[in-house]
Formats: sequence, C-alpha cells, structure tokens
Amino acid sequence: MSAAVLSIHNLSVEIPTRTGVVKPVDGVSYDIAAGEILGVVGESGAGKSMAGNAVIGLLSPPARIAKGEIWLNGTRIDALKGEAMRRLRGKQIGMVFQDPLTSLNPLLSIGDQLTETMLTHLPISRSEAEKRAVAALEEVGIPGAAERIDSYPHEFSGGMRQRVVIALALCAEPSLIIADEPTTALDVSVQAQIIALLKRLCRDRGTAVMLITHDMGVIAEAADRVAVMYSGRLAELGTVRDVLTQPQHPYTAGLMASTPLASAGKERLHQIEGAMPRLDKVPDGCAFHPRCEYAQDKCRAAPAPQISDSHAACWFPLIAEKVS
Amino acid sequence: MALISVKNLTRVFDVSKPWLNRVIERRGKAFLTAVSDVDFEVTERTTYGLVGESGSGKSTIGRMLVGLLTPSGGTVEIEGVNLATETDAKKVDVIRSDIQMIFQDPYASLNPRWRVRDIIVEPVVARGGDATGLAERLLEQVGLSALDAGKFPHEFSGGQRQRICIARALSSEPKLIVCDEPTSALDVSVQAQVLNLMSDLKDNFGLTYVLISHDLTVVRHMADRIGVLYLGRLVEEAGAEDLFADTKHPYTKMLLEAAPQIDGFGREAALPEGEIPDPINPPSGCAFHPRCPIAKNICTQERPDLREVGQTRVACHFAQ
Repeated sequence: MSAAVLSIHNLSVEIPTRTGVVKPVDGVSYDIAAGEILGVVGESGAGKSMAGNAVIGLLSPPARIAKGEIWLNGTRIDALKGEAMRRLRGKQIGMVFQDPLTSLNPLLSIGDQLTETMLTHLPISRSEAEKRAVAALEEVGIPGAAERIDSYPHEFSGGMRQRVVIALALCAEPSLIIADEPTTALDVSVQAQIIALLKRLCRDRGTAVMLITHDMGVIAEAADRVAVMYSGRLAELGTVRDVLTQPQHPYTAGLMASTPLASAGKERLHQIEGAMPRLDKVPDGCAFHPRCEYAQDKCRAAPAPQISDSHAACWFPLIAEKVS
Repeated sequence: MALISVKNLTRVFDVSKPWLNRVIERRGKAFLTAVSDVDFEVTERTTYGLVGESGSGKSTIGRMLVGLLTPSGGTVEIEGVNLATETDAKKVDVIRSDIQMIFQDPYASLNPRWRVRDIIVEPVVARGGDATGLAERLLEQVGLSALDAGKFPHEFSGGQRQRICIARALSSEPKLIVCDEPTSALDVSVQAQVLNLMSDLKDNFGLTYVLISHDLTVVRHMADRIGVLYLGRLVEEAGAEDLFADTKHPYTKMLLEAAPQIDGFGREAALPEGEIPDPINPPSGCAFHPRCPIAKNICTQERPDLREVGQTRVACHFAQ
C-alpha cells in the first residue's frame, strides 16, 4: 500500500454542554491511501459525519477537537485556523454533501461556481478556468456541458446537481474527497450512476475518498476498506470483503443480518434490540454491551480493546463459524 | 375476496402558473398526470407492495386509497364501497374506521404538543368510542411501555416514534393500513425491528397492508404481491417470488440491477441510462422508451397495454 493521504490518530471531538462534556467522536484512528475508497458506516449518531467534519475543519462551535492528530500528505492539519484552513479546503480536500441543492449557490451559474473555485485555488487565467470548467462537467457526464455551463442549479435534476457538486469538489484536483451520504437523497437508478462516477474518477486520478454512508450495499459495492462506527468509536476496521463476510464485531454482524436481502425469503429479520445510546448516557465498558447478545462481565467492566486492521474492538470477537 | 379494488385510477394535478403570468407569457395551463389508469386488487390479509422511484405516483395512490386525495378519474372500492361517491353516511363511517395510514416521517406525523396517550386514542375518541386503558394496551403491543403514555413525542427516538404511529393506526381496529415508506427514515437495525413488528401485528390482528416503498429489498421482504410503477403507470405486477425470479419489464430489471447489493463486492453494475423524464411532458408511446435498452420503433409510438403473461401483468411490447 502506498503512503497514506489522510491519517487520523486517536481523534476525539468534544461538545461541552450544561450537563457535562459529550464525545461524539472518541479515539478514532484510520488511514486512507491514494486511490483508495474508505467506507465509514454506522447508524445515525455514530459520529461518522462528525469525524469527516473534523478533518475538513467544519466543526461548528462549541464542538472542538479535544485530542488526536490529523495528517494530510505529511502535514498536520488539525490545528490550522482561518486562512490556512480555507486554502486547504477545496484545494486539497473536496467535499460532497448529501443534499446537492443546498451545497450549490442558487444565485450563481454553475460555470461561475466552478471558475470561482479554480481561480481561488489554482494559478490559472480566467479563460483557462472556463475551459477547464466545461471539461470538468463533461468528465462527470453532463450532456451538452458547453451549453449548460451558464445554467443555474435549479435548472438541473437531482442527479445532475450531484454531478455538478462532484465536479466542483474535483475541479481543484484535491488529493482527498469526503463524500458524506452522497447518494442518500437520490433514486436507486441515479444512485448507481453517481457511485460508478465516484469510483471511476478516483481510480483515474488516484484521489483518496472517505465515503460516509449508512447503506451497507453502497459500501460493499464501492469501498475498498470499511470502518464501522458505533457511538463515536470504531467497532471494526478492515477490507470490505473481510468485514462484511466475516464480521468479528457483534454490531457489524447484527447490522448485516438485519438488512433485508433481495435474494432472501420472508423469514424474520435479525433484530438488534434497543437503540444507540444517547451521547450523555454512553454506558461504561464497551458501549455496545447493553445490546450485545454475547456480552459478558468483562464487557461491562472494561472498555473495548484497542482496534487494529486484523482485530475488532471487541473482547470476544466472533469467529467465522459462529456467524450464520 | 378483494378488500381493495382499484379501477382505472387517475389523478391529475393542475401545476399552471398564476393567471396573470399565463397571460403575459402567453402560456396555457399545465397539468401533471401523477397517476394514470392504474388498476389492481388487494386480497384480504395480504401485503401489497407498490414500488417506484420519486415521481412514480406511489404516494399519490396511497393518499387516494385512504381518501386524502380524490381521484380525477376511476374508482377506489374498499369492501365494495366507493367512498368518493357513497351517499350512505353510516356505511362510509364504518369503512373509514377500517382504514388507517402510517407516514414516512415519524417526526412530522405526531403532534408535539399532545401526550402519547391522546395521540393514540384520537381515532377512537373522535368517533365517541371508549378509550379507557386502550393507549397503554396498544403501547405494550408495539413494544413500548405502558408508562410511556404520559410522555410527549420528543422524548422518543425515531424508531420508537414510528411504533407510536403504528399504535395510533391500530387503535380504531382497522382492516387496512396504508404504509407510506414506513422505514425510510429509520436506521437499518431499527428498520428490522419495525418490519418484524409489522409482520407480527399483521398475523395477530388479521391486517391487510399496502406498503409503499422505493426500497425493493424491503418490499420483497414484506409483500405477497408487488406492483412496479413508472411515471404514474403500473408497468409490472406479479407475486413477490415471480417478480424477482422471472422479471419481465426492462424497467424492473434495471431497478433490480441498480439496487446496491450487500454481497456485491466491487460489482460494476450495468448502469441505468438517464433519469426519470419530466412528468408534465412525458415521452410519447411507452414512457420508459428513452431509457430502455430494448426499445424499438413501436415503443416510441404506441403505449403498451398492461397484459397478462403467465402469472404476471406487464406493460411492455416485448415481454414474454
């Protein structure tokens, strides 16, 4: 594996509240290599978006990075402020959000938005930027790019808008893209197109991608490696095939089993009882133990063990034959 | 016996600009046909799934089934009674209380100022029924505690709220529940809990469901018979097993192929072409022809009728 583009070390995010400090992200570490798609999966409240926002410096106060390090291409970026962070954002990290309509400026034509981004970050002339804007739209598969360059966001359909957002994220040639639920607002047929587009662009350009989603199907098809998050912590990390076919953590196994399959029949779905704990009421020990069917005394007493690429954050990891 | 019988159901929305704009811009009125000539029947104690992408008219059909919208054409008969034209108020009243609905967003469909008890018993109280202890009993049936009856909706998580919505739908002892995307706003582990609950309640209470969803896997898991909608028309209708094992319409094939698969590692799906066309100016002939891999000349000119091929009803010139 080539050197990591993004490397997160023991990252924790804190939000001070009236009743105490809560930790939406708690000691998370992972790397993403060039050309690799890391899927970050988890249910709502798992802290997956919060970790992404911490990387790009979009935590809204009072949320703050409490400890840990974020390295991008060998530079430490977690302490960057103001202007330095602004230059990094867009230039080295592109971002794709869930809702394409709210991430585009409705008052500027998409051509203006693309050239503005490129002129801010790249040493090129306006005419060159305009030429590149058309090329960028062509690359993401917008038909008639030259004519549509002066259109406004509302003139595009949802899928086309998301393509524009991807073009915008890629136009300054960043080395990392954070895609936060990029297809959740889209229809199935359009979702397949957008995922294929992301995969192709990253393969061709060697861009690293952090793909944040709650959809295990999207992860299986798009990601190379996957990080499963639960209650602000990493539960399991590994190659997508290992994690999804032989999950070690009972939470991952439960998630897989509770997903209805197109190929399966009508038998009862596996249920993980309960719900993710509230951030101010994270249980002691392993955060998953109240919902875990294999929990023992040790899980209630001691925090889950350190995670590694070959070992899930679980005292009693499932072995292959235990998982049906 | 068929509990619901839908015939030639059509709904047209007037989406014209205001009168003055039409005069200045010299434009006529504009109409959007959300549902066009749909017919199907739902047998008692079964689950009927309606699948389609956004703009396919699936929610509009659901709203017409429960009477939240009136059809522009065609009829909806429930237990042989057409609620839109029936004049016998007593008859209408009985059937109305047999129909309930569960909505997609459990945050928007519960009144934040009402206690859970009042929310759940409203369908009974509104008809002057006796609701003593009803809320507590129903809460326990949907997997919550009787003590929750005195709380407000904001004290519950999304999945718990959807359980409250289900309890409310059950309170008038309905025969039919129309579920419009009941789990789309929920996490997958909570979705499994709600789907299992819905299956249990169906057996216990002898319910009939109409399940509206964009998620083929959910519909496959729950439904006995499935109707696939495209741009307001039924393009394929079959038993759940047949639809997946022997798919006949190219649109259904495309949907199945495009859905992400949990075991599809690095799969390069055959990509669907284009997007759903503008429903105000739908394509001529078969509405799917611009995206269809097997479209021929006839598809651009003639709209295929829904015809029977084996156990399936399909609207495609080339289906066999």
